[in-house]
Amino acid sequence: MAAASLPGKFLNRAPSIIPGFGLTMGITVSWLSFIVLLPLVALVLRATGIGFEGFAAMLGDQRVLSALKLSFGAALAGALINAFAGLIIAWVLVRYTFPGRRLVDGLIDLPFALPTAVSGLALAALYAPNGWLGVPLAELGIKVAFTPTGVVIACMFIGLPFVVRQVQPVLGDVDKALEEAAATLGATRVQTIFRVILPMILPALLAGFALAFARAVGEYGSIIFIAGNLPFKSEIAPLLIIIKLEEFNYEGATAIAVIMLLLSFAVLLAVNLLQSWGRRRTGLGS
Amino acid sequence: MSVSDNPVSETSFVRRALVTFVYGWLVLFLILPLVVVFVEALRQGIEPFFAALIEPDALTAIKLTLLVSAIAVPANLIFGLAASWAIAKFQFRGRNMLITLIDLPFSVSPVISGLVFVLLYGANGLFGQFLITHKLQIIFAVPGIVLATIFVTFPFVARQLIPLMQAQGNDEEEAALSLGATGFRTFLSVTLPNIKWALFYGVLLCNARAMGEFGAVSVVSGHIRGYTNTMPLHVEILYNEYNFVAAFAVASLLALLALVTLVLKSLLEWRDARNGKISAH
Repeated sequence: MAAASLPGKFLNRAPSIIPGFGLTMGITVSWLSFIVLLPLVALVLRATGIGFEGFAAMLGDQRVLSALKLSFGAALAGALINAFAGLIIAWVLVRYTFPGRRLVDGLIDLPFALPTAVSGLALAALYAPNGWLGVPLAELGIKVAFTPTGVVIACMFIGLPFVVRQVQPVLGDVDKALEEAAATLGATRVQTIFRVILPMILPALLAGFALAFARAVGEYGSIIFIAGNLPFKSEIAPLLIIIKLEEFNYEGATAIAVIMLLLSFAVLLAVNLLQSWGRRRTGLGS
Repeated sequence: MSVSDNPVSETSFVRRALVTFVYGWLVLFLILPLVVVFVEALRQGIEPFFAALIEPDALTAIKLTLLVSAIAVPANLIFGLAASWAIAKFQFRGRNMLITLIDLPFSVSPVISGLVFVLLYGANGLFGQFLITHKLQIIFAVPGIVLATIFVTFPFVARQLIPLMQAQGNDEEEAALSLGATGFRTFLSVTLPNIKWALFYGVLLCNARAMGEFGAVSVVSGHIRGYTNTMPLHVEILYNEYNFVAAFAVASLLALLALVTLVLKSLLEWRDARNGKISAH
């Protein structure tokens, strides 16, 4: 390429005859700075202006607390349900052959591909009091739309592929010989699954759980239509950020955003630690 | 209870129960939401459906969505190629740090992704005063929508290409270079054919997200009807106006886009599986 790579040890680079390092690294760093780093710096700058009192005031606001509790609580519940269902789906997809397996496998990614506003509308229509699922659920005395349950349903919808796609490849890599060994040594199938296979896929399952959780915490589009957004009851934290912005309360919006980001990054850090721990332990899924 | 004749699998009763569970879960939580979009869109027949799509505000929303994705996708394509070349073809300190930074937008809430641009370019933002004096508007205008969309789709192409290019190594490129090919020629004739499917895959996912992004765009757009409304925002406005048929009609277009994306994605994965190539995950 036209721009010769910079001589010497730019960024401590090992020598190579491949050209284009200067050009591609230049594009990468400048585009990354402009699109990702600069906006995040703006957030950090604004957050430092709020001070400790500002954050304390936000955390003392009952409405903010309820929203944060709902966002994190519903995301946790949704991710737990997804960990259970996702594990079974991954198991069935990897281990069994059955009619429509490829179709099922392809459909798992629907929540990734479907725009969040569309999933939001669809869930609201399904679980509305006169909806296909809302009517039978109402007869059972269960109200979903405009309640925290609706928020959990939306979190379940968007989080499912994370668990399945994390567990699937690792489960596929599990050596059948280990199961055969367990069976030969007299283990029942249930023992083999719980003592041999599950420990091996546990790190991937936890990683999928955490990714589903992190996604659901910040989710907006899929949730707001079904949630009904009643303050203190079914109002999620991302919506509260938008409400603060519309009131020109930039400090408030920034404070909620920073609190959410710090909590989410803690979760993602845990994911990375879990994954590297799992890889060291089992040598799978790397 | 039936006894399994295979000690390393479940009894056929358990197998059947689990497959039934999977189908039940899928129908309840994935297929019904998809079907309801089309049913609601066609509830009053085909005419109101098409009327909702060719109405002027809907057309501007469709055009804006296409425009935004026509800018955001190539921008991230070029970035993804540059980033994966720099990261996969060279050894340098800080590579993992760079990959983490590229992945960062995936772990940020869409609403926060919009918020950061308001804090940067909004009237009250870091560059707000400068933009006002120069009569430039980014927030509540198309540039803001484009920026927020590029932010949320930032990692898609790069994260598809980096692992693939790392796995393929430099041998072929080094051979081409030592035979006298220029760097650009090497990229076009050696690297690009090796990564073209992963590249297509990344662009596909990037485009789906770019056209469907809601939260981030919602924050920066200002919802100015017929001007800064993308398709997902138009859907929300129609829904809030209780114009359900129109809302679901526009939503069904986006759902179709998602279905096409899924089909192409599955085709690519089956192709990879047949060729025994590295999975895109």
